[in-house]
Amino acid sequence: MAILLDHVNYIYNEDTPMAAHVLKDICLEIPDGQFVGVIGHTGSGKSTLMQHFNGLLRATSGHIYYNGEDIYKDDYDMKKLRSKVGLVFQYPEHQLFEIDVFSDVCFGPRNLGLDKRETELRAYDALRRVGLEDELFYQSPFDLSGGQKRRVAIAGVLAMKPDVLILDEPTAGLDPKGRDEILQQVKKLQTETGMTILLVSHSMEDVAEYVDRILVMNRGSVLFDDTPRNVFAHYRELEEVGLAAPQVTYILNELRNNGLDVDTSAITTKEAADEIMKLF
Amino acid sequence: MLRDITLGQFYPTESCIHRLDPRVKLGGTMLYIISLFCFKNAAGYLLAALFLALVVRLSKVPFRFMVKGMKSILFLLLITVGFNLFLTPGTPLVSLWKLQITREGIILAATMAVRLSLLIIGSSVMTLTTTPNHLTDGMEKMLRPLKIFRLPVHEVAMMMSIALRFIPILLEETDRIMKAQIARGADFESGNLFKRAKAMVPLLVPLFISAFRRANDLAMAMEARCYRGGEGRTKMKPLLYTRADYLAYGVLVFYMVFSITAGRNTFYVLPWK
Ligand SMILES: Nc1ncnc2c1ncn2[C@@H]1O[C@H](COP(=O)(O)OP(=O)(O)OP(=O)(O)O)[C@@H](O)[C@H]1O
Ligand SMILES: [Mg+2]
Repeated sequence: MAILLDHVNYIYNEDTPMAAHVLKDICLEIPDGQFVGVIGHTGSGKSTLMQHFNGLLRATSGHIYYNGEDIYKDDYDMKKLRSKVGLVFQYPEHQLFEIDVFSDVCFGPRNLGLDKRETELRAYDALRRVGLEDELFYQSPFDLSGGQKRRVAIAGVLAMKPDVLILDEPTAGLDPKGRDEILQQVKKLQTETGMTILLVSHSMEDVAEYVDRILVMNRGSVLFDDTPRNVFAHYRELEEVGLAAPQVTYILNELRNNGLDVDTSAITTKEAADEIMKLF
Repeated sequence: MLRDITLGQFYPTESCIHRLDPRVKLGGTMLYIISLFCFKNAAGYLLAALFLALVVRLSKVPFRFMVKGMKSILFLLLITVGFNLFLTPGTPLVSLWKLQITREGIILAATMAVRLSLLIIGSSVMTLTTTPNHLTDGMEKMLRPLKIFRLPVHEVAMMMSIALRFIPILLEETDRIMKAQIARGADFESGNLFKRAKAMVPLLVPLFISAFRRANDLAMAMEARCYRGGEGRTKMKPLLYTRADYLAYGVLVFYMVFSITAGRNTFYVLPWK
């Protein structure tokens, strides 16, 4: 049971002079329960790819299989797919509309046709999971801070209890503390529920610490698809496509070039610190 | 989803028509439309169609983009043709129940259809080959004499160009919000009228909020750059006529004189006149 992409291509504005071939022959397999980080330069097609997973965009050619079923089959239930594959857009706070936070989070489960009790239970649970303080539940979502709005929007998708959660740059524009909090909550969510998570991000530090696997996108193709350790070993190639490895990779490589015997594969600050301490 | 609106959408490519001064295109379109209403015989329409075909050819815009604009007025066109066809008195040809089709009706309906189609395609050529900003620039310059009547020409032009600039942005925003709500299980397509209207709330509220936020940001940014209206304001790229523009005016005058003389010549006069 997994998501399978088979030679997926996508062209925006096909048959016009503005046509843009944004996804080029993407083949992927995402097993259940994996935490996948997606990185890539601005405009590399990350958001476009993410919108294919729940059928919001239909591939120009190629197939997508969710749990073994072709989602482009005529009688495929797209609504069900969208409840199973939750997608949190870039800047999701722009989609809030209800008079208070709690009703906004109820929107998703209510659309699934659940009864009032179940809807509210799920909304409450989702809001707790994203770590929003109880006293904010009945405030207008427009009076919250940017980070709080972001949490409400994530809760809005979580409340649908998806099996796969896709987060498109959930930490863009947040301060380091807000960023860490959100990422930790996402990680916790994954370990507790065994959800499959796809996390799009610009920050290597973000993904290095939390994910099992990294997809590097470059101009619409997958450049690397491996564990963080193996991907960051290619830090020179990453630089060529406008990305970078975590800072510790650079420090360790520099130390090694200067004759110290360190293993350069550490990717988190803690691992790097341990590695350096070994020298003494 | 919402991107298929062509009437008034620029088609980016390189052509001599694209490079013309917007004033030439505005004036030309106006003259062309006037000419369409002067003709009294088929020869005039034939000339007009040939002239338009030439311009379309020169503009390098694929013909199907021109016709896309037609789709939006197809309904209007059908009604016009229908009314003219059945309600024109004259020599009856066919009788259907209480309606009758007359010889005059057929001719009038055909003229109307031709005239409307040429009119729409003619103005599509202008909007397809001129960016909205260029158009408002041209309009501002052409309307400048109205300033002596204390008309705020610059301000009106500025408002127009902002509005035009925001159409694609708001469409994109609508698309984004719509997708975000669909991802949360919203359904914009099924249900009765009341249900559908209600389904628009999750779309309209964020859209309005974002429109106001953008307007606010823009006003702030304009103020930060010391914008204070048209008084004494110069342009980075002022509109200047080139040789091609004078040539185009020449061609236009030639077309007008030629087509109107031919189009009003009694020799070819339409049968009912
Ligand atoms: N709705 C659209 N219509 C036309 N082109 C689009 C549209 N959305 C995106 N594109 C183009 O597709 C390409 C990939 O866009 P996408 O949003 O997937 O990039 P991204 O990797 O998510 O970038 P970012 O990191 O900035 O979010 C870009 O070149 C963009 O200009
Ligand atoms: Mg993106």
